[in-house]
Amino acid sequence: MGRFVLRRTTQAVVVLFGVSLIVFALVQLVPGDPVRVSLGTRFDPETYAALRERSGLDRPLLQQYLSYVGGALTGDLGVSFRTGQPVTTTLTDRLPATLSLAGCSLLVALLVAVPLGIVSALRSGSLSDHVATVVSQVGVSIPDFWMAILLILLFSGVFGVLPPSGYEPLLEDPVGWASHMVLPAVTVGVVSGAILTRFIRAAVLEQLGQDHVRTARARGIKESLVLRRHVLRNALIPVITVTGVQLASLLGGVIVVEVIFAWPGLGRLTLDAVNARDYPVLQGAVMLFAALFLLVNLLVDLLYAAVDPRIRYAK
Amino acid sequence: MTVGGVPDSGPEQPGADAGPETEPGTPPAQASQRRQVLRALLSHKLAVFGLVVLALLLVVGVFGNTLAPYGPNELDVPNRLTGPSAQHPFGTDELGRDVLSRVMVAARLSLLVGAVAVGIALTLGVTLGLVAGFYGRWVDDAVMRVMDVLFAFPAILLAIAIVAVLGPNVVNAMIAIGIVYTPIFARVTRASVLTVREEVYVRAARSIGVGDLRLLRLHILPNVAAPIIVQTSLSLAFAILSETALSFLGLGVQPPDPSWGRMLFEGRGFVQQAWWMGVFPGAAIFLTVLAFNVVGDALRDALDPRQRSAIEARAGVSS
Repeated sequence: MGRFVLRRTTQAVVVLFGVSLIVFALVQLVPGDPVRVSLGTRFDPETYAALRERSGLDRPLLQQYLSYVGGALTGDLGVSFRTGQPVTTTLTDRLPATLSLAGCSLLVALLVAVPLGIVSALRSGSLSDHVATVVSQVGVSIPDFWMAILLILLFSGVFGVLPPSGYEPLLEDPVGWASHMVLPAVTVGVVSGAILTRFIRAAVLEQLGQDHVRTARARGIKESLVLRRHVLRNALIPVITVTGVQLASLLGGVIVVEVIFAWPGLGRLTLDAVNARDYPVLQGAVMLFAALFLLVNLLVDLLYAAVDPRIRYAK
Repeated sequence: MTVGGVPDSGPEQPGADAGPETEPGTPPAQASQRRQVLRALLSHKLAVFGLVVLALLLVVGVFGNTLAPYGPNELDVPNRLTGPSAQHPFGTDELGRDVLSRVMVAARLSLLVGAVAVGIALTLGVTLGLVAGFYGRWVDDAVMRVMDVLFAFPAILLAIAIVAVLGPNVVNAMIAIGIVYTPIFARVTRASVLTVREEVYVRAARSIGVGDLRLLRLHILPNVAAPIIVQTSLSLAFAILSETALSFLGLGVQPPDPSWGRMLFEGRGFVQQAWWMGVFPGAAIFLTVLAFNVVGDALRDALDPRQRSAIEARAGVSS
């Protein structure tokens, strides 16, 4: 296991290094002078000179890159062109909103997918199975931002029970937090849940056909016990992986959804940075998203290997 | 999902567990294979639905400007924000523009962006995948590590970042989406090349001195085509979703050109007063993506049953 952890972690670090190269290259590809472009109409020579100096864009490329990576490793991602605030503080301010949304969305996804997937596998071919298939096909094809609009239309427009957008910090107003959380979390969660449903169904179906399940049944073990001990427990292994991968891709899903619901997370920060041409913040946000994405994938792989020893030797 | 109508006696997919019974060097009877795939598709109810939707879309995409009852930017301010009616089946927007006409005209750009983006991803990805799989060793390592890095970004985020740098417009959206979907084509192609590379007909061709380029073009590419075709259909669905998301965020199609994504964004602002502004453009996106997904899934069942479905592909599980 130790060797597997080492190998997989090294891989992730190498990829992260590649990510840093791309993130760094982004700003180099901006046509013209990024600082000047970013200042736009707010241009004045003093601010320009200060930002230019601070961003280090005069120095040779290699030196710029090394100082960017060196800074990133010590938690210094430069300062925002727009506010002058350190990028790291800006990012950490926004992180909790995004993480809480991703977490709640995953919860919604599991609440949808686990019962639906299990039922449709146990009653394969039945009406409920067909319903689950249609639901998952629809979930995969529906644009999340459209679903958000439909939910707002229904729950804040027609029924008037939930706020259409906004955010309340959990600690200051738990009820407000929850009521603002429902619509965005359902939006992101249902799409992921649709995908998960299919995997859970396939995993349970596969286990149902296994010899050990047949043997257990032949021994006269109660069906509910067979399901719990033999089917669901084994079906859990692939589901863990997909759930983890889903969590990672949820991070991508929250970007657009945050914009719709005026959710003060990393996704909205990214878009604001794009619109304001605030390149250091954009770089930092992209870097953080990619790092989170890699981290989740790494943890999933390690967890998977811990649960299923075959993985460690297969690769 | 299984297709009831797939003939069991269909030609063995080269590369897909091509066992000893596959005669080396025999090109598949392409015309009859094509007919069988078509038959399999037509026996699949969802796929037929998807094909009909796609055919309609194509008609709207090509002739949308002529078919639309009004001009996409024809203003009728006195009749702004009116609900669906005989004159305006999808209602009018905040400037009195006909939503149906705008949805129809927007189809062209969405399809075009999707097609060009997938074309870019297909060309780049297949080339890289062929080279990586065929030459192996350090070439493979180098190419696939770069693909791994591109895979490390959430797709929409990478597209946003690229457009942010290049500047928001349609062409850059195509380039960005093309880059984002390149790694998946590279991976799919490479995986298939690895299974075909050691086939007897490839070794036979090599032994009589066939050059690399000719070998790749005539012997390898045709035999890895099935999974690539399937991936193309599924990617069209994702590419159109990405385009609409970029346009929604104001980073894709720019006004005055109508786009489904931007119409949804505008609809968001009037969600309480004019539900039709948000419902119809979104339904157009949904139907388009659904059609490409079900056709892709059916194609996969017919051509290459071992490949991942749209849903699995969306889950991002690497094969």
